[in-house]
Amino acid sequence: MSTSNPVGAEQPTYNYDVVRKFAIATIVWGIVGMLVGVIIAAQMAWPQLNMTLGNLLNALLGDLVGVDFRQYFHFGRLRPLHTNAVIFAFGGSALMATSFYVVQRTSQVRLAYTGLANFVFWGWQAVIVLAAITLPLGFTTAKEYAELEWPIGILIAIVWVAYLIVFVETIRRRKMKHIYVGNWFFLAFIIVIALLHVVNNLAIPVSLTKSYSIYAGTIDAMIQWWYGHNAVGFFLTAGFLGMMYYFVPKQAERPIYSYRLSIVHFWALIGIYMWAGGHHLHYTTLPDWAQNASMVMSVILLVPSWGGMINGIMTLKGAWHKLRTDPILRFLIVALAFYGMSTFEGPMMSIKTVNALSHNTDWTVGHVHSGALGWVAMITIGSLYHMMPRLWGQTQMYSTAWIYLHFWMATIGTVLYIVAMWINGIMQGLMWRASNPTDGTLMYSFIQSIDNSYFGYVLRVIGGGIFFLGMVLMAVNMWITVRQAKAQQPNFVAATA
Amino acid sequence: MDNLWSFWSLFVIIMTLGFMVAVWWLIEAAKKVNAQQPANELLDHEFDGIREYNNPLPKWWLWMFYGTLVFGFGYFIFFPLGGWQGVLNWTSVGQLEKEQQAHEQRFMDTFDTYARLSVEELLNDSTALAIGQRIYAQNCALCHNNAGTGGYGFPNLTNNDWLYGGSPEQIVQTLTHGRQGVMPGFSSQLGEIGIAQVSNYVLTLSGHEARNPDQVAEGQVLYQAVCAACHGDEGKGNQALGAPNLTNDIWLYANPEVSLYDNIRVTLRHGRMGVMPAFDELLGAGRINLVAAYVYNLRQEDPQ
Repeated sequence: MSTSNPVGAEQPTYNYDVVRKFAIATIVWGIVGMLVGVIIAAQMAWPQLNMTLGNLLNALLGDLVGVDFRQYFHFGRLRPLHTNAVIFAFGGSALMATSFYVVQRTSQVRLAYTGLANFVFWGWQAVIVLAAITLPLGFTTAKEYAELEWPIGILIAIVWVAYLIVFVETIRRRKMKHIYVGNWFFLAFIIVIALLHVVNNLAIPVSLTKSYSIYAGTIDAMIQWWYGHNAVGFFLTAGFLGMMYYFVPKQAERPIYSYRLSIVHFWALIGIYMWAGGHHLHYTTLPDWAQNASMVMSVILLVPSWGGMINGIMTLKGAWHKLRTDPILRFLIVALAFYGMSTFEGPMMSIKTVNALSHNTDWTVGHVHSGALGWVAMITIGSLYHMMPRLWGQTQMYSTAWIYLHFWMATIGTVLYIVAMWINGIMQGLMWRASNPTDGTLMYSFIQSIDNSYFGYVLRVIGGGIFFLGMVLMAVNMWITVRQAKAQQPNFVAATA
Repeated sequence: MDNLWSFWSLFVIIMTLGFMVAVWWLIEAAKKVNAQQPANELLDHEFDGIREYNNPLPKWWLWMFYGTLVFGFGYFIFFPLGGWQGVLNWTSVGQLEKEQQAHEQRFMDTFDTYARLSVEELLNDSTALAIGQRIYAQNCALCHNNAGTGGYGFPNLTNNDWLYGGSPEQIVQTLTHGRQGVMPGFSSQLGEIGIAQVSNYVLTLSGHEARNPDQVAEGQVLYQAVCAACHGDEGKGNQALGAPNLTNDIWLYANPEVSLYDNIRVTLRHGRMGVMPAFDELLGAGRINLVAAYVYNLRQEDPQ
């Protein structure tokens, strides 16, 4: 960071305090969410584990408390906890940390409304804690990725509007004419998530802990997947592209490849994503034309998605040698490679004939995780390794060797995970449709396909476990970096300009 | 949305195609942004040290964009959008019906042949038993288990203990029309003490020791008054009603986490309701014969 201006009492400074808090929350929730992920992956491989945690707590506390703890720790209760923790707690904190960091630095002004920014932090943490309590207790709207019941839904909306206000006002106060491309993506993500969240969560409460969606039947399903797929498109894609557009050129110290490309892929991406949700409802009661429209738009979506990948990777043009020596840049570029792979896989799976094989199999789970681990988590990790030392006035992390090690753990973990799910998913799809040529009866029962999935399930635990351990390594690296920084300069202040 | 010219049909068509045209326009417009500028020259904005080139859109990427858009327009010529049916007149329901009809047509003769044969005739036909096994795995295993050994509330098909009879004809009857097994609850009629007394007596019918031997005699009196009508004087059951035999130590509702005595008391308190669905419409006579042969073949000749 530039320190050309002396830091005085009158000099405006960046608000790094809230960014630091969000950065720490990102790592904490990443570890928690991924640990729950590894637990439920193990429950798939060894189903008796569904009861183990509960049995343990029953033995310890059962007589004291008088409840059966097994109800709180089986797959059905922990799965939404995992998805909410990794998407909204880990991913959300990462997006808030980086968007607040990027918008200040690319606008050259201090973050607007310090108090409101703090409210965004504590409000968001409150949402996460409430989710972690209510989901295992079984309070749910039963809408995937929107399980939280209406009081928490309202809290999310309030925090989100505060987030929007802080972000927009900071952009408004910027020192230059143009708005940086990274901030377009962050802004699109914040606005659209507000819209999606409110529309999909409209419900009639019957008590403090239970509500019913105002939509019925197929319309409810379509609204849900309009929400669900755009949660992927705007939360997990547009937001993280905003992150990419700052940290890749910054870490590579190279200009962005093409301004023009960023314009066309931005508008095309946010426009086309809106149409794609129906592909989650292929071969259902959703009208054929709506399925068709979603499929066609999903296929077109491949191209603007790749526009982002091209712009990121080609930014390295003339600086490829840096990949040899810079593990942070490796995280960022491999994340883009996984992004390109997932966004090819997604349009392909949205084609009805492919979907007929892949739907309801582990292939879908593999696809999600090549995006979630390979793209979302890797770009976040790379960005954090760039940002964290600067937040505490350091030039680099405590150990670069550990970043290398983390890079390989994350890459190998992701590859093991998605390969296991590809094998399982395609096998399941083929087994379910295999029929005897002479009498037309189906060849395999459902349980036989589960039985044959055991190896893949174990491999997934191993891959996910390695990825999780990488996150722990990152936390330790971070911890030591911050402690060293505090010992060196207890009163570090971040100057603007 | 059957009418092409209805409002919502036109709305959908115009929105969808109009949006795709707008994307096309976007590409053309973006190609012209600062088009005169040389590729290796930087734009004049800078953000926290980040500069931007204005390289042209990659050719292969541009062609991919045009290609997918053309695919999209072409797709809607052939397939439905709004009230437009597409020149192929394709519907997903139509495709399903066509495939189902083709399937039925192809295998009709095979299953008609099996429908005319008796279950006994199929017992020596290994092909027929293999088909029966596959039909069983898809339709029956969910409740009765892959091995046919049943589970809590679902009868074991391998032990030659039959609620409704184990002859081939009776098995076909069960499969075709289903069964409804009802045991009423007796908590108001017998009270907790009465239930305990009857449970102690029922334990002794299958050679178990009574939990409380003092209650067996009163239990027997109550049993004869209340239970014998269905389960018989000696507790041997009644296949005409589906009333289980209480003397052979085979228990349909035995939760392994609690004692047999407690299981019997739960049954007496609340009653039981067992449902076997009817499969005549789902499977048809030929497939039912094949499953019946497979299930008949599972039984043990000499129950232990």
